[in-house]
Amino acid sequence: MQLSGVINRFGWGERGLVLPQEASRDWLAAQLQGPDEARFTGVGDTADGLIALRTQRQEKLQGDPLVKPILRAEIATQLDGLLMTGQPFRERLAWFWFNHFTVSLRQGSTRGVVGAYMREAIRPHVTGRFEDMLLAVMRHPAMLMYLDNASSIGPDSPAGRKSHKGLNENLARECLELHTVSPAAGYTQADVTAFAAILTGWGIDMHADRPGFVFRGKAHEPGAKTLLGQVFPEGEEGGVQALHVLGTHPATYRHIATQLVGHFISDTPAPRDVARIVSVLQASGGDLGAASLALADLPDAGRPGGKFRAPMDYATAVMRALSLGGAPSGPDDPHAPAHSLLDAFAKLGQPLWTAPLPNGWSDRAADWSAPADMLARTDWAWRMAAHVRSGDPLDIAHAALGPALRRPTVLAMRQAGSRQDALTLLFSSPEFQRR
Amino acid sequence: MMLRRRSALLGLAASWTCGRASLALAGSGGGPDDPRLVVIILRGALDGLAAVTPYGDPDIATHRRDLLLPQPGREGGLLDLGGFYGLHPALAGMHDLYGAGQMLPIHAVAGHYRSRSHFEAQDYLESGADRRLDSGWLNRAVAALPGRGRRPDGYGLAMGLSVPLMLRGPAPVGTFAPAGSQHPDPALYSQIAALNAADPVTGPAFRDGLRARGFSDSVMEAVAPASGDGRKPDAFSVLSAAAGRMLTAPNGPRVAALEIGGWDTHAGQVGRLKGPLSQLDRGVQALRGALGADWSRTVVLLMTEFGRTVRMNGTGGTDHGTATVALLMGGAVAGGRVGGTWPGLRQDQLFENRDLAPTTDLRAVAAGVLCDHLDVPGGALARIFPGTGGERMHGLVRAA
Repeated sequence: MQLSGVINRFGWGERGLVLPQEASRDWLAAQLQGPDEARFTGVGDTADGLIALRTQRQEKLQGDPLVKPILRAEIATQLDGLLMTGQPFRERLAWFWFNHFTVSLRQGSTRGVVGAYMREAIRPHVTGRFEDMLLAVMRHPAMLMYLDNASSIGPDSPAGRKSHKGLNENLARECLELHTVSPAAGYTQADVTAFAAILTGWGIDMHADRPGFVFRGKAHEPGAKTLLGQVFPEGEEGGVQALHVLGTHPATYRHIATQLVGHFISDTPAPRDVARIVSVLQASGGDLGAASLALADLPDAGRPGGKFRAPMDYATAVMRALSLGGAPSGPDDPHAPAHSLLDAFAKLGQPLWTAPLPNGWSDRAADWSAPADMLARTDWAWRMAAHVRSGDPLDIAHAALGPALRRPTVLAMRQAGSRQDALTLLFSSPEFQRR
Repeated sequence: MMLRRRSALLGLAASWTCGRASLALAGSGGGPDDPRLVVIILRGALDGLAAVTPYGDPDIATHRRDLLLPQPGREGGLLDLGGFYGLHPALAGMHDLYGAGQMLPIHAVAGHYRSRSHFEAQDYLESGADRRLDSGWLNRAVAALPGRGRRPDGYGLAMGLSVPLMLRGPAPVGTFAPAGSQHPDPALYSQIAALNAADPVTGPAFRDGLRARGFSDSVMEAVAPASGDGRKPDAFSVLSAAAGRMLTAPNGPRVAALEIGGWDTHAGQVGRLKGPLSQLDRGVQALRGALGADWSRTVVLLMTEFGRTVRMNGTGGTDHGTATVALLMGGAVAGGRVGGTWPGLRQDQLFENRDLAPTTDLRAVAAGVLCDHLDVPGGALARIFPGTGGERMHGLVRAA
């Protein structure tokens, strides 16, 4: 396994010219075994976001005056974290799992809580058990709002009888289809309906001092329900049990193993690789740290260039290669590094936290390699490269790509008459488009 | 090309980028008669022997017969500069300036460094030293001017792209970039297309993307773009005209730095030089036009990081060398002649048996302009160009 291959495949591209000294697998393992070193500044928690949203609604404030600063602060500190992280494997896992459990700003009410969701529901569990992450996600207000469960009401519950309102299947369906067992498990519409009924009452108390998750018994559909052939009791506990079953289901392990291999190894996951990750998940009770590290032991793990960089990967790798960032980004400073990165994600087609659909962003080459995409990358990289006024571009190239750097790229860079041109050639080379 | 008032708060200078060319500005104090200085960096190493050809030298034909243009007076020939030197015909506008006594080439100049790396040499050129410094000589010169920074209006324009090292330093500098017009130029796109040509994913994507932008197949096959190539508008001219307009504003900046690339002619030099040279010539004309009456108070200094080999290489081009030509232009220039000391091209006169030998330190040229034109105090020269004894060329500028 080649170090540079691992750095790009499992991380975000290394910063500057300093490469980690440890052997590659140990370097990856250390990132998962130690605590999450990310420190986020200037941000509160989910309750703060919900209070801002509540106040805006109560006082009919226009223009998002309380929520917008929260989102800006989250963007600044989390993208600084992405630029500066010394645990890039852990960081990549955090963004992978966020994408697996996508919450999108296209649903406007999530703006004040999407950042907290990433920090509270996703990050603490990236090396823990999958079912714990699943439970944290399903109880988080961001997800309950994004996929409408907060407004789903059991038709035979007291609230349902009174209001003549009913189920909203959105979260239940996406949880089965995207988050856990996937259609391969062969569930039916009856299962979707039953799971939606199980999840009725899982909502948000917006009136509490510290607003957050609440189980509303009055909106919960009475009686036991049958999901995937198993009976779950009435009440909040029924949902917790159902999520335990789904979160440890063999079909779920197969689904997330396929996604992990697809993200880290190949656009077309080999059945042998998927089977290996499934076996680790089975044996460990869904330990995501163990499964993640097992990815690094797959035969193709360190082969350079096996995965095409999505825009987020690409822009982050360019900025890290140029050692951009460092001082904390001011939330309102349009020239801060975090905002350069935010701007790049949008320009290159992958705006932050704004996936079009609950299935998140693709990580396949075919979805990101259209002609306009390639030119947008080159034009953006050319503008970034204008900032570089020192150092030898070839040093940056070797540090960024290691043995994956091809001779034609080196030759073209040597012939370039300016740093900006040389770096634009690097960032437009086929090998830099891949990780 | 609007300059934003808001950004006037941000600093004393501005930088623009457009195509492969970019511009930065710095202000200085003074009244309506105050001098204007424009420094143009030619990034990539201009072949001084092609721009200002010593056609009278008996040895030149033996070194580079296939690179030589016809003598003055012949079809497509050089434009004569007094019987020994000839100007490249793509620089016809500059030749007119020469005729008006407003253009002064200085031959066989080089910085003090002997690096043949573009990046190192550009750093040293801009630092004004034989090592890289954190600030540039032009910024230090502006900082040394008495009364600088009293202009209330029209300076800093921070819009994203960067300030060249030459203008970085104690005098605050902002940046500005014209929106929507920032692209690599066709030559770079063609190299990128070639680099990706064999890739099954990115090859077709770049090819189709460039075709959709109206690039011809020849560009995508990495054929050198033809001179002029009908692109509209010429980015460097646009930028030069903008610089000229800003320099004429009553409270505007007085010092501007521009850069233009395309000089790294390792192959097919005769064809490849025409485009950048005509672009440069048009840019100088645009600058002159925009400066209007202020042209009479202007010095334009063109400099490049090093020259190119005296002998042609195996691909019809030249490789990285040492001495080259610097060009001074403007109404304030004591021109109409060629300055410097010609070192000769005999085998034993070449530097390291390959390059034009340097006879004038480029910093002495810049120092002469700074002192005699901008009125930078002579005592500041040792700070502006560390490691020198404050030497400067005299007589570059007309007596006021």
